[in-house]
Amino acid sequence: MTIDLPLIFAALMGVAILAYVVLDGYDLGVGMLMLWDSEREEHDVMIASIGPFWDANETWLVLGVGLLLVAFPVAHGVVLGALYLPVAAMLVGLMARGVAFELRIKAEGWHRELWNWLFSAGSYLASFSQGLMLGRFITGFEPGFLPWGFAALTGVALCGGYMLLGATWLVLRTEGALREKSAVWARWGLAWVALAVALVSIATPLASETVRERWFDFPRTLYLMILPALTLAAGAFTWVSLKKSDTLPFAGAVTIYVLAFAGLAYSLFPYVVMDSLTIWDAAAHPSALNFMLVGTAIVLPFLLGYTFYAYRIFRGKVKGGSPYG
Amino acid sequence: MDDTLLIARAQFGLNIAFHILFPTLTIGLAWLVAYFRIQYERTRDPAWLATYKLWVKVFALSFAMGVVSGITMSFQFGTNWPGYMASVGNIAGPLLAYEVLTAFFLEATFLGVMLFGMDRVSGRVHVASALIVAAGTTLSAFWILALNSWMQTPAGHIEVDGELIAGSWWAVIFNPSFPYRFTHMLLATGITASFVVAGLSAWRLLKAPGDAAANKTLRFGAHIAAVLMPLQVFVGDLHGLNTLEHQPAKIAALEAIWKTERGAPLTLVGIPNEEEKRTDYAIMLPKGASLILAHDANAELKGLEEFEEHPPVAPVFFAFRIMVGMGVLMLALSWVGTFVLRTKTPRWLLWAFASFTFSGWVATLAGWMVTEIGRQPWLVQGVLLTADAVGGATGAELGASLTAYVATYAVLLLSYMVTLTHLAGKGSA
Repeated sequence: MTIDLPLIFAALMGVAILAYVVLDGYDLGVGMLMLWDSEREEHDVMIASIGPFWDANETWLVLGVGLLLVAFPVAHGVVLGALYLPVAAMLVGLMARGVAFELRIKAEGWHRELWNWLFSAGSYLASFSQGLMLGRFITGFEPGFLPWGFAALTGVALCGGYMLLGATWLVLRTEGALREKSAVWARWGLAWVALAVALVSIATPLASETVRERWFDFPRTLYLMILPALTLAAGAFTWVSLKKSDTLPFAGAVTIYVLAFAGLAYSLFPYVVMDSLTIWDAAAHPSALNFMLVGTAIVLPFLLGYTFYAYRIFRGKVKGGSPYG
Repeated sequence: MDDTLLIARAQFGLNIAFHILFPTLTIGLAWLVAYFRIQYERTRDPAWLATYKLWVKVFALSFAMGVVSGITMSFQFGTNWPGYMASVGNIAGPLLAYEVLTAFFLEATFLGVMLFGMDRVSGRVHVASALIVAAGTTLSAFWILALNSWMQTPAGHIEVDGELIAGSWWAVIFNPSFPYRFTHMLLATGITASFVVAGLSAWRLLKAPGDAAANKTLRFGAHIAAVLMPLQVFVGDLHGLNTLEHQPAKIAALEAIWKTERGAPLTLVGIPNEEEKRTDYAIMLPKGASLILAHDANAELKGLEEFEEHPPVAPVFFAFRIMVGMGVLMLALSWVGTFVLRTKTPRWLLWAFASFTFSGWVATLAGWMVTEIGRQPWLVQGVLLTADAVGGATGAELGASLTAYVATYAVLLLSYMVTLTHLAGKGSA
């Protein structure tokens, strides 16, 4: 029996990207929400809630890009070459917020305010750029006003989506006034996401013929409608649970992401460059993939193990903004 | 050389130079910080706790700078050098992926525990976290140095159907220059970190002469440097011999040896003149180059005339002199310092250490220029030309993003240094 290595690596890359989007999504979201909160003490709590995790969260991005690089080297060059400017913008954003995170801890007074602002601004820039990249990817990097407009729409949509994740994360990790505030943000986030998902779902089939053919092919369309239906249910569930529970809203928001991701994967598979390069065209040599697979199989269980361990250590509500040390 | 290649190289060079500053410091510093933490666990002396808390802040900040600039690099492989992955991706890719899988997640996750978990986990687990972070940074260096060494002295690869793949991963990783380069780099980070510790402690003592913790860490840094510096001279020499064997053109360029001769003189200083193929205003030591490079005064050394392709002479020549010159000064300061500090703490010595805080950066950057520019015009020695790997982005895109990167890096580096001196000035109290 031969194993389909490119398929396995496409799946692994998908998992890494989904993990990144959910994990860094909530801390980018928290960063963006800081701009909506004027209470300084709450800024410290918000930051404290993501402090131990943001670094490892961002590592999933490196893994996702790393897998693209390792498993699909040809696509890596094409995709990143085509996405050159949004990638650069995202990187500047990630750099600004990563460093601001460290510097704000050491700063006092207006310096601290400045780093807080930069942390937030960097989060917006990184999130919007990531959405832009997704939009460009879906349309196969087509030039022109409409494809770019579509990409801008996905950019704005992703910002809302990350803020929803961030808000539900804060519901999970904080208490008192901030928790209540976060619940309100989460509702706004949900409304935003609902609007954006609806718009993107309408625009995507218009923007891409391949996607249109996949979804609008009766009677398959009827089975496929289960995805939007479930997404709608997850959204409603998140909305309702905000009142009663601290944990369920985050779970609901993550479910929305998983469903949206599944829909996206269905739309795009098996392309690594839309309509032109499939995962089998772009795959690296089996010798490289085999070597990687062995390492991944050994390391991944440990990686997941200590990630869960770290989340367990820091479970519960965050108290105040105690800087580390 | 066309503009795109030049800008792509400038941009990548800038980013890698900015990035390397931080791992160079954090790999060594991680072990020093872990040592401080262990000392506190053993003695329960609050002075060790304060020392740990101060230096873990310096570490965290430097680590974050390394992470963000490192992420940038992982993208620039694709955006600036698509030809690199297309031709050697089957070898470079897995090495990079192994770094992410085995080192990055480990470092990042346990850094979280180390920084924020001190009152949430037991002392043992916290000490273990600090050690895991240190081990992770070192492991990360292992993979990166394996890849970089492979680019300098490729081995273990075979060509199948026009594709370059690994014949033996063992031979790829443990290629001829890897043991030397890896050791040389690890020592460099230990030295860089000990000079930063000594330098910032000296800075603190200039402001607050009585600070007990700073007195301790100044001596600690000086001692470590005094031990590591001679080791580095020895390993550097071995590394040089290895380079002479595998990359003779690089050696000829960095010593500005134009003609093949027996008993070649060593050029101490001078200005290489590549057009006339000679070194202007040279001060030479008779037979010196043969003696140093081959350990035989009458040995024959190959000159640049022998090589069809060789790196630009002046940058490597100067960079090598900066590295060695800096090394000599650092060796002298660490030894004089260690000797004098046994009995007293004079202000001139504090100034000397404070001004040498970032000396390791200067030497390491110079060393990297020697090794990277010294490999030109190859990206992978004998396998892939740098000019064949460029592509993708247009000159305008590269130019615009280069400007953004320069501005971002300048602001970040300035903020970093100001914050560090500010932290050090306040001390651990």
